[in-house]
Amino acid sequence: MATHKITVTVNGAAREADVESRLLLVHLLRESFRLTGTHIGCDTTHCGACTVLLDGQPVKSCTVLAVQADGREVSTVEGLERDGKLHPVQEGFWEKHGLQCGYCTPGMLMTGCALLARTKEPSEQDIREAISGNLCRCTGYVNIVQAIQYAAAKLRER
Amino acid sequence: MIPAGFDYHAPATLSEAVALLSRYGEGAKVLSGGQSLLPLLKLRLGHAEHLVDIGRIPGLEYIKEEGGMLRIGGRTRESALEQSELIRGRYPILYDTVRVIADPLVRNLATVGGNLAHGDPGNDHPATMLALGAQVVAVGPSGERVIPIDKFFLGLFTTALQPDEILTEIRVPSPPPRSGGAYVKLERKVGDYATAAAAAQVTLGANGAFDHVGLALTNVGPTPVRSQDAEDALIGKRPTDAVIAEAARRAADASSPTPDRRGSVEYKRDMARVLAGRALKQAVQRAGGQ
Repeated sequence: MATHKITVTVNGAAREADVESRLLLVHLLRESFRLTGTHIGCDTTHCGACTVLLDGQPVKSCTVLAVQADGREVSTVEGLERDGKLHPVQEGFWEKHGLQCGYCTPGMLMTGCALLARTKEPSEQDIREAISGNLCRCTGYVNIVQAIQYAAAKLRER
Repeated sequence: MIPAGFDYHAPATLSEAVALLSRYGEGAKVLSGGQSLLPLLKLRLGHAEHLVDIGRIPGLEYIKEEGGMLRIGGRTRESALEQSELIRGRYPILYDTVRVIADPLVRNLATVGGNLAHGDPGNDHPATMLALGAQVVAVGPSGERVIPIDKFFLGLFTTALQPDEILTEIRVPSPPPRSGGAYVKLERKVGDYATAAAAAQVTLGANGAFDHVGLALTNVGPTPVRSQDAEDALIGKRPTDAVIAEAARRAADASSPTPDRRGSVEYKRDMARVLAGRALKQAVQRAGGQ
């Protein structure tokens, strides 16, 4: 089986890799690029722990081939912080205690960022719908929703 | 989980893609959004020697009304359908449907063509397209052919598409005045397949009676189940509770569910009946009837 030389822009920087056809995007990020902030949860397209942004859209990176990302832009949780300052969504999770074990958090953060890039004033229902593909088994979502609301307010102040 | 090895091809044109499928025959699979295919390959429930990714072929993603028809490009993402004002305003049954397909993250990659071509009776578009009387356009080595949706779903994971054909477009007749449609799904949680679901598309005559009805069910048989018998029971009648209840009963009779964690045969058939009734009522309401 042939390998493919691909170039993927990850968090703004072009990165190259030689990949097998069957390599999944989540493994490219974690193993080839050592960006282990993106988690692997269920591995069956259910839990959303592996959510990254592909050309700005949140997707489950366990269900995308690395080779499909060739020439495209990927954003991961590592790219959220800027100049030592947390992204407002990250700050929200800190302030509102939007996590316990933290396993779902990278995925929640990426989905939250994508939502706020699209909508300035999401309703609680909008937030709940947006994160309906991200499972949290600790908190029951109340604080996660509040964290995203906090971030929305912060971003509106800018 | 990692899929077994395969070769990946990313053709730039439709004809190149068809040529690849012709060359590799049964060993090749079309990769559209990948949201059903990749899980199957990872779980090793499915197998492919070659994946032909149609994601880099331009011109397969669009939603437009033209010539009395809604045309949806085969590779149109579900999220695009969901965000379309045209769909929300003119095809509420499609809006209902797309909102309950998997979850928002999956819908960012999953495609309308893939949802049909996969031939999974648990998918949501098939029943809706049956109710709408859609047509499917397939392109193969000898050109294009149009397949009526009634002839498309042949069995479990089996459609009328040949191994060297690609689903390029879905055509839906634009609804005449006094039409309405609805899709009602019972699911245990977001992202689950339907325990049962019903799609209804109706047109009412000037006297308020049913002029045209399309009624189909999801995940209660090896293919989506259209019930001609139920449709016949409605034509020419006014949408009273009793008339709708009778049609819903007939629709459920046409189903052949299998028992699983979502419920017993009896439960699923009864849910099919309840949902068919609700879909019909909602469709009538949207058509401006009582």
